[in-house]
Amino acid sequence: MEFRRSMSTPSAHDALGRDEIAHLATLSRLALTDEELDRFAGQLGAVLDAVAQVGEADVADVDPMTHAVPLTNVLREDVATPSLPRDVVLAGAPAAEDDRFRVPRILGEE
Amino acid sequence: MTTTHTGERLVDFDEVLTRYEPVIGLETHVELGTASKMFCGCTTTFGAEPNTQTCPVCLGLPGSLPVANAAAIEHTIRIGLALGCRIATWSRFARKNYFYPDIPKGFQTSQYDEPLCTAGHLDVEVDGETYRVEIERVHLEEDTGKNLHVGGATGRIHGADHSLVDFNRAGIPLVEIVTRPIPGTGAKAPEVARAYVTELREIVQALGASDVRMEQGSLRCDVNTSLAPIGSLEWGTRTETKNVNSLRSVERSVRYEMRRQAAVLDAGGRVLQETRHFHEDTGSTSPGRSKEEATDYRYFPEPDLVPLAPDTGWVEKLAADLPELPAARRARLMEEWGLSATEMQWLANAGALGLVTDTVAAGATPGDARKWWLGDLARRANETGVELTELSVTPAQVAELSILVRDGKINDKLARQVLDGVLAGEGGPDEVMTARGLVVMGESDELVAAVEAAIAGAPDVVEKVRGGKVAALGALVGSVMKATRGKADAATVKRMLEERLLAE
Repeated sequence: MEFRRSMSTPSAHDALGRDEIAHLATLSRLALTDEELDRFAGQLGAVLDAVAQVGEADVADVDPMTHAVPLTNVLREDVATPSLPRDVVLAGAPAAEDDRFRVPRILGEE
Repeated sequence: MTTTHTGERLVDFDEVLTRYEPVIGLETHVELGTASKMFCGCTTTFGAEPNTQTCPVCLGLPGSLPVANAAAIEHTIRIGLALGCRIATWSRFARKNYFYPDIPKGFQTSQYDEPLCTAGHLDVEVDGETYRVEIERVHLEEDTGKNLHVGGATGRIHGADHSLVDFNRAGIPLVEIVTRPIPGTGAKAPEVARAYVTELREIVQALGASDVRMEQGSLRCDVNTSLAPIGSLEWGTRTETKNVNSLRSVERSVRYEMRRQAAVLDAGGRVLQETRHFHEDTGSTSPGRSKEEATDYRYFPEPDLVPLAPDTGWVEKLAADLPELPAARRARLMEEWGLSATEMQWLANAGALGLVTDTVAAGATPGDARKWWLGDLARRANETGVELTELSVTPAQVAELSILVRDGKINDKLARQVLDGVLAGEGGPDEVMTARGLVVMGESDELVAAVEAAIAGAPDVVEKVRGGKVAALGALVGSVMKATRGKADAATVKRMLEERLLAE
């Protein structure tokens, strides 16, 4: 139930407000200025409007599709395969230290 | 009312119960013991060098695609079956989005509104009373990486305000077992919480689904606690205590939260819905990262994985292959070993069922195994403040000891001295017996002399015995045992006395 609600596509008149953009920015740990909030609200609104056209289709007789491919139970055997060498893994990291990925401290963390 | 060193006010536990009723709830995470990770073939060995068990899938590199591990799905269904759950015929993975560097993809692959198992229950026993814990759901997800915080809020190391991440654990299959709120436990709430986790751990272990080692984090608990005034129709606001990593801590965290929340409510305050951290050293909790908007996980179905549709045949086969579960095993052993329910519960809670089983397997009678583990060994464990499992004596040695007694080589008293030696690291029972010269006296000259000396030394007692008061014989047996410093076999001594005093 809850899933459907959170998945439902906002309709065109549900335009994204500035507050919603600010909330999403916080969740994504993005620091946006007031000016950016206004700009992105407009841009994301336009994107959602475009997607909202789907809502115009008549789907009364169409079952919800659960997946793009009609398959279930695609599984692999529990068999270990080689991992990547660590130097290769860490070579892709912006920063590494003590054989680990080095990341900035997360805001508000103890 | 007491105040902790951090200034937290706590109501005495017994007093809490005069005004409030607790409701508890538990979320338990179990790392499955599969050979490979949930969605890729990386190994899952604990304690490997950092970042040596990763690949494009578990690192979330662009273009990589996950494929679900069949064994992990089966373990999850088996756990669900053991908990009497309904197994879904249709189940999907979902993305749980959040920003934190322990998760390389920016989301955790989990399950949301279509978990594999729902609506089960687990009965646990505390002090002879059975409590039914309803299971809300059992779902499958992936574990996160491990963050090592360098510096941080308390650290004063210049420029060290960052974290180091090891992704070896990221992507290991993790089963989450969530209870429904558990009301009606009253003063037993802390113990019910502990008994539930204990029983769950036993079940998962019996299923062979995980090694369930709390100290290594392969079983982790979040404990929810709330209080409501007695008679209230509504439940109170709950806190969620994380970082509860031992059975004892599960119990302590509930106890602490009950005492803390009662103080807040008594003062007219409101309990905040928050995540709290448990501190092993002080047994206290403190506020953790505030949940704020973090609960906005924007779940949606994982498009990279196809749905799971366990068919009846598959589930029935898994059900048919379930091993004997701990509750059934306890009932069977109780019967076989002649234990009372209390004794069985005590052994189970002490994690000592395996010890008794192994002792019996090594040749002791069930009665002897029970006598030693529940008697002398329990007392010694208690005296030295360790668990039965931590005593430095093996089930095989206990069996050996009981066989020495059964064969009459030593008596109970000597056996205890042999046990002292074994526990002190002097070797096995046989070695200690020889080294300390602890052997039961046969009908040697020394013993004959002691028996005769006892008869000669107590003419009044002898008179009574001869006059028909056979019970008085006990006093003579006692003096012989004393003279031989306990090395004689009491039954032998009694027979020798009888031969001399009652033969005619």
